[in-house]
Amino acid sequence: MTWLPDHLGEVLSLTVRHTYLAGVPLILGLLIALPLGWLARRYRGLYPILIIGTGLLYTIPSLALFIMLPLLLGTKILDPANVVIAMTIYTIALLVRTVADGLGSVPDAVNQSATAMGYRRGRRFLSVELPLAVPVISAGLRVAAVSNVSIVSVATLIGVQQLGSLFTDGFNRAFMEPIIVGVVACVLLALVFDGVILGATRLATPWQRAGKAPS
Amino acid sequence: MIRFEAVSKHFPDGTKAVDGLTFRAPTGQITVLVGPSGCGKTTSLRMINRMIQPTSGRILIDGRDTSTMDETELRRGIGYVIQHAGLFPHRTIVANIATVPILLGWNKRKARARAFELLERVGLPASFAKRYPAQLSGGEQQRVGVARALAADPPVMLMDEPFSAVDPVVREQLQDEFLRLQGDLGKTIVFVTHDIDEAIKLGDQVAVLRTGGHLAQLADPAYLLAHPVDDFVADFVGKDRGYRALSFQASPHFALAQERTVPLGATPAQAAGAARGGWILVVDEGRRPLGWIEPDRLTGPIQPEMLARGGTVATVGGPLRNVLDAALSSPSRRGVVVDDQGVVLGTLRAHEVLAEIEDRARPELQDEAVPPAGGDRPDEESQQGEESQQGQSGRPNGGARRVDSAGSADSAQPSEESPA
Repeated sequence: MTWLPDHLGEVLSLTVRHTYLAGVPLILGLLIALPLGWLARRYRGLYPILIIGTGLLYTIPSLALFIMLPLLLGTKILDPANVVIAMTIYTIALLVRTVADGLGSVPDAVNQSATAMGYRRGRRFLSVELPLAVPVISAGLRVAAVSNVSIVSVATLIGVQQLGSLFTDGFNRAFMEPIIVGVVACVLLALVFDGVILGATRLATPWQRAGKAPS
Repeated sequence: MIRFEAVSKHFPDGTKAVDGLTFRAPTGQITVLVGPSGCGKTTSLRMINRMIQPTSGRILIDGRDTSTMDETELRRGIGYVIQHAGLFPHRTIVANIATVPILLGWNKRKARARAFELLERVGLPASFAKRYPAQLSGGEQQRVGVARALAADPPVMLMDEPFSAVDPVVREQLQDEFLRLQGDLGKTIVFVTHDIDEAIKLGDQVAVLRTGGHLAQLADPAYLLAHPVDDFVADFVGKDRGYRALSFQASPHFALAQERTVPLGATPAQAAGAARGGWILVVDEGRRPLGWIEPDRLTGPIQPEMLARGGTVATVGGPLRNVLDAALSSPSRRGVVVDDQGVVLGTLRAHEVLAEIEDRARPELQDEAVPPAGGDRPDEESQQGEESQQGQSGRPNGGARRVDSAGSADSAQPSEESPA
């Protein structure tokens, strides 16, 4: 077990890259999924189109998407932007339905009373609907985070370095240690993502932890 | 004043929720819309703050056509309370109450101060301020709902079955407090309910709607009970309308029979010595009635669990209904009348109350004050009749109903026969 101590610096830098490639798309994907999910709720006719359409995106094999994007976008094949965009697409695929359902979980009476109090649509979305949808959206975000951490490793095949590079390295040399280190690092990273989302959700939803009425 | 002028709402599927509705909700009064489900009462309410747009007709608030106003501005000027309160689950109680002031751009400190003031006003402790709605009981949430609607002091309030989701005891409390609050605030209120008892208890005027959104009758509660305009209204106001109408008639200064009382712990001999007609009234140390007891059945000193508690107690000067009920429900057949502090003044028998009732005239039939069924009275006439209707439709014994909950000092004169 001398491989890890010798390559600690390399593993750390791969972890940082992995975090970036999985994390940035998570935030971008959420920001894009929010308006799409809102549209799906707002206009009934759009719901099936948006939900099925974005859902289908997830079925595109990741390797195919990594290879196709440079052709579609005109980016260089080694540009990490390809991976960020591909992962953003997967995040959107997972989150549009979650956002739509999360907004749908807000009680009708609450929306009605917000409107009757004199909220305009945009402000109602930001200060009433969205905060109440956080628990549902957060659950979807946790799935997307783990999925991203896992799928990003495929990017090694198009030459973008991250923890997945350890798998090809170990495979090429028939050497187990980098593979095990890579798997453990991926699992730890997924746990960290999950923990951060959970923590942020707790901060955003103090009302969820308040007890019930004594009656 | 809110005016409906030939307002209709037809939904795309062809249902007529509201059809040619014309009526006025006078300033500072409670107008109750009541009717079976499907009568369009909630639709009518929601058209006032334009949550629902009328298909035709106009709604005016203080002469201004609401369809010409910015809908958000309109809503911020109208308090709104619904069933289950519709509080924001993610905001603390104080933040919920401060909603409209914040929307109106008040600074935070002022909005919070106002919210605390209202919390107290609706009878909730300041310690509730930091709680979340889920931590409150249904009745408490409903009070917060009322506080939230009042926060920016809107002249108009819309209330959609606000008290129907709470148990009967809490509902009655909330109704009484609501009347007390309205006595102080004098808002122009449109109140929707399916419960005719609630309608006649709360309404200064009651609009009975029939299925399909037609106005069947609009009148003050006493008048409605005395003169239902047709079978539909008669059925809807209920079979015991003669009895219920007594709620609106203040009792006179009855000559009360003096009643001897014993305290808890009195011996059978003491009780028997004081009894009249086989029954003796037991009171606490403040001479407030606890219950009746038959001394003949006593085997030892009087204990609380021995008391017959079936009898209701009427407050002096309160509605005739309460006095009659006190007599009818009393095991001794003697109805207990107390003063505002709950101290026994004396008793009264049912036939004495009935004699008083028979001497009273029913509310007079007024052709002018009742719009024809459907409410499609010509506009000029309704404008002209405005003053006269307000005058005529005033409750015959004005304020009798409030006396019941608030207690009125001037009518609380113990009769000469009653004990000091």
